[in-house]
Amino acid sequence: MKQKAMNLLSNLPPGTVITGKWHHKTYRIKKKLGSGAVGSVYLCDAAGQEVALKISDKSASLTVEVNVLTSLKQVQGSLGPYLLDVDDWVTRNGKVYSFYVMEYVRGIPFRTFIKQHGSSWIGVFMLQLLDDLTRLHQSGWIFGDLKLDNLIVMTNPPRLRWVDVGGTTQKGRAIKEYTEFYDRGYWQLGTRRAEESYDLFALTMVFLHLFYPNEFERREQPLQQLYRRIDQVKALAPYRKILKKAISGKYQTSTEMRRELFHIVSQNTRTSRSRRSRKKQDNLRHAPFVIETLGITIIALGYYLLSLFL
Amino acid sequence: MRKGTLRQILLITDGCSNKGEDPASVAALCYEQGITVNVIGILDDNQSEDVEGLQEVEAIARSGGGVSQIVYSKDLAQTVQMVTRQAMTQTIQGFVHRELKEILGRDQGLEDIEPEKRGEIMEVVEDLGEKSDLEVLVLVDTSASMHDKLPTVKDSLIDLSISLTSRIGDNRFSIYRFPGKRNDTEKVLDWSPDFSEIQSVFPKLTSGGITPTGPALREAMYQFSKKNLLRSFYHETESDESSF
Repeated sequence: MKQKAMNLLSNLPPGTVITGKWHHKTYRIKKKLGSGAVGSVYLCDAAGQEVALKISDKSASLTVEVNVLTSLKQVQGSLGPYLLDVDDWVTRNGKVYSFYVMEYVRGIPFRTFIKQHGSSWIGVFMLQLLDDLTRLHQSGWIFGDLKLDNLIVMTNPPRLRWVDVGGTTQKGRAIKEYTEFYDRGYWQLGTRRAEESYDLFALTMVFLHLFYPNEFERREQPLQQLYRRIDQVKALAPYRKILKKAISGKYQTSTEMRRELFHIVSQNTRTSRSRRSRKKQDNLRHAPFVIETLGITIIALGYYLLSLFL
Repeated sequence: MRKGTLRQILLITDGCSNKGEDPASVAALCYEQGITVNVIGILDDNQSEDVEGLQEVEAIARSGGGVSQIVYSKDLAQTVQMVTRQAMTQTIQGFVHRELKEILGRDQGLEDIEPEKRGEIMEVVEDLGEKSDLEVLVLVDTSASMHDKLPTVKDSLIDLSISLTSRIGDNRFSIYRFPGKRNDTEKVLDWSPDFSEIQSVFPKLTSGGITPTGPALREAMYQFSKKNLLRSFYHETESDESSF
């Protein structure tokens, strides 16, 4: 029976119209966006506006997600998709399913973006992600189920955003939802208590997963294993030190990690800029003609200024 | 409201019982006494999901008021913690549901409340799940066919303890195996707040031939009531402890 309901809800055909029992709003399904443990998400048309609708036969779990989205609404700025409506759908045979409607975040998968635009974006996105996490953490929440699948890049300008906040947990409680590869408990490197360091561990795994699409399993001495994996990725070289600190739980807060990353990122650009200016000087040395002209100009200018004073 | 204690039996097995009473009927008895019975059926890598022997799994959990799940051994760890948490939420929800019916009238349920109010109720349910004390008695099938799966079971139980000790509420675990060396059931680990001792206890397990699931469940139920009797004996003055 339960299986049947799940099949029905995860295979709603395009064109299906879902009308809310309480608020009487109407949504027409365009296509399916995905399915998860709690329910299925559809792209819908709501009076000309594109929205994402999540529907489930697990009313209680869905309600918990709505609670998180409602709380995130109160956090400054846009953390997670904006919640638009919460309601029930009564089917033709009288079955009741809960759903909620949120803003549709259009973007491309994180990995695809990096493939297309190169790894120079890594530092930028890491910083963006830490910015968002800092704001989330400061309002008393831990993201929990942070993973590659939950991140997309909105283009123009490129901005990394998370799309599924189902695992978001109040600080100090047990993490509600997690994915083994990203979970420090699985790697035997900490508890599943909702702490800032839990998210920072997962954040590091996001960047590892980016370069190891096939994931990998835990072996003896997991910490050394993860260190090695970090060392083997050339694109992560500038961030090795902070990623290792995050993996081993050295950061108590996301602010600390953000500060150190910011230092690295700004130093990176400074060294590349100074290298460029040195190149310019080299060019000058190879062009005595330029120096000559410049010298003459300066002397002329000097005489001109002198003549002004006299 | 005083926080209560949730009591669960977690049965981990890979096949059909072949000795003693019907395990589903014992599970029903457990449920009557406020103990939820959850069942996890483990599959071999080459088995399909509707194996004959594992049909019992759902029946036991259903009469035990708990959650059941059939998994391949590689997914065991995540399933064990998920099933345990789901069952906790389910129990608390059931409790809140009954209270609601008393307040709102007989035919009113969670779905008859407008979505906004529903959120507030679920917040209470979550809060109780986080703060309630939890007692889990793990019942591990150690019949011959389970032999290769025991290391995975051990890892899963350690993983479960990581999840549960991350909660705010207190936890107590104990582990029993069936069949035991001499009896149908044998104690592996006495009630303890964490599973760290399991590392030393588990490797010693040997596997036997029969699968006395029903008698093992009865023993588990008995262990719970014995424990609670002892506790009420020692703490007669604090006997106002509520349970769901």
